[in-house]
Amino acid sequence: MDALGEMLPVIGRGFLVTLPLLGWSLVVATVLGTLLAACRVSPVPPLRALGTAYVNIFRNTPLVVIFLLVAVGLPELFPIRNFELRAIIALSVYTAAFVCEAVRSGINTVNPGQAEAARAVGMTFLQTLGAVVLPQALRAVIPPLASVYIALAKNTSVAAAFGVVEATFTLSGLIEDYPQYVYLAFAGIAAGYVLIVLVISALAAVAERSLAVAR
Amino acid sequence: MSASVLFDVPGPRARRRQSALTVVGTLLLAGLLGWILRILWVEEQITPDKWEAFTDPDILEALGEGLLVTLTAAATAIILAIAWGAILASARLSDHGFVRWPAVVVTEFFRAIPVLLMILFLFLAPISPLNVFWSLVLALTLYNGAVLAEVFRAGMLSVARGQSEAAYALGLRKTQVMTLVLAPQAVRSMLPVIISQCVVVLKDTALGVAIGSEELVGVAGRIYIAPQYNNPLAVGLFLAAVFIAINYALSRLAVWLEGRQRRTARAPTPAVKSDLDTGA
Repeated sequence: MDALGEMLPVIGRGFLVTLPLLGWSLVVATVLGTLLAACRVSPVPPLRALGTAYVNIFRNTPLVVIFLLVAVGLPELFPIRNFELRAIIALSVYTAAFVCEAVRSGINTVNPGQAEAARAVGMTFLQTLGAVVLPQALRAVIPPLASVYIALAKNTSVAAAFGVVEATFTLSGLIEDYPQYVYLAFAGIAAGYVLIVLVISALAAVAERSLAVAR
Repeated sequence: MSASVLFDVPGPRARRRQSALTVVGTLLLAGLLGWILRILWVEEQITPDKWEAFTDPDILEALGEGLLVTLTAAATAIILAIAWGAILASARLSDHGFVRWPAVVVTEFFRAIPVLLMILFLFLAPISPLNVFWSLVLALTLYNGAVLAEVFRAGMLSVARGQSEAAYALGLRKTQVMTLVLAPQAVRSMLPVIISQCVVVLKDTALGVAIGSEELVGVAGRIYIAPQYNNPLAVGLFLAAVFIAINYALSRLAVWLEGRQRRTARAPTPAVKSDLDTGA
């Protein structure tokens, strides 16, 4: 059990790197993804094309390749020194495509009569979307969005393949230092991820309940 | 709700405004593209030495072999995942709690941990007999099987109740009801989802790069590290193009299958959308 006592701080420090990656990417991806969703349903054809192209490009590229482009390739163009910042950019641009699709599916659940009524009282596209449709879509968006955030939490591990010392990265070091406790190290790290997933699911359930409205 | 519900059919003024916006939007996009190209030019990314690696026949052959490994790994993983998912799903549909609950725990566990963690564990564990390829394939199998298990379960439950009731009334046993009546009908609604899951598997094979695999990304990764090339952007763009081409074709296939099913009235309505890819 001494080994566990020595391993836990290492794993804990790993998650202290994982959590900021998750938090920042989550915020940036949500904002970018919502803007993209607005583009995809907008009346302006180039914006629609932009949204569609973005989603098709980033959804079909492996995250590892996006990391290669952003985390390794980007510094050749822009001097972004901070590696974690580049990891956050990579995670955000990838996840934004999935946020966009989740938000768009949420927009599709809103009763068409709502948008028609908004238009009938003379609201513009942005007013219809911002004041009528998106607030109602919010509740339907929560379950798919929670799945996207859970995927994002797990995807932060890809940063390990590029040398960010986050939770998954600690596994190789722990196996080297404590070869007899391989399963314990794996279980410890896995438990951390399970905990994150459970917290996101619980928060989503709470949000869904508090936003419940009679329709 | 289709997008057009969100805005009126444009009148003459709106049409003028929109065509103006279209011109401005197109110009902005073209400007953005030009700006990117200019930066690439200024930073000497559009030079022959960054791209000449892709004209070397030896490198192209190695990339071809890498692509073959990627496709083999993905195909093996998806086939094994379907088997593993079927086992987990039938366990979750069991009438016995002692079979059902372990299956729930196993499914949720493999869905909750990163695939990369699983790959590293299977590869690095000192007692592990697995080589690079099988560590990758097995980790992908465990994760995607757990995802597919939920799909299979939902698919079986989506078959109209009357079907199983009729089968039980005829005196079939549960195994017979499942295999002879429910599964053949459920498979049709599951097919698009399985195709979409292939996209996820194909993308995740790239994670093999962390354990030095021989698949496409692993092979390509060795090019940009080579000092005479030093071209991560060119390699990344090449890889992205290859994956986008394959995965876009797969996604279209899934959408087409789904659309075809919706037209045939007797197929059960898919309980699960084919759009399962959450980016994991």
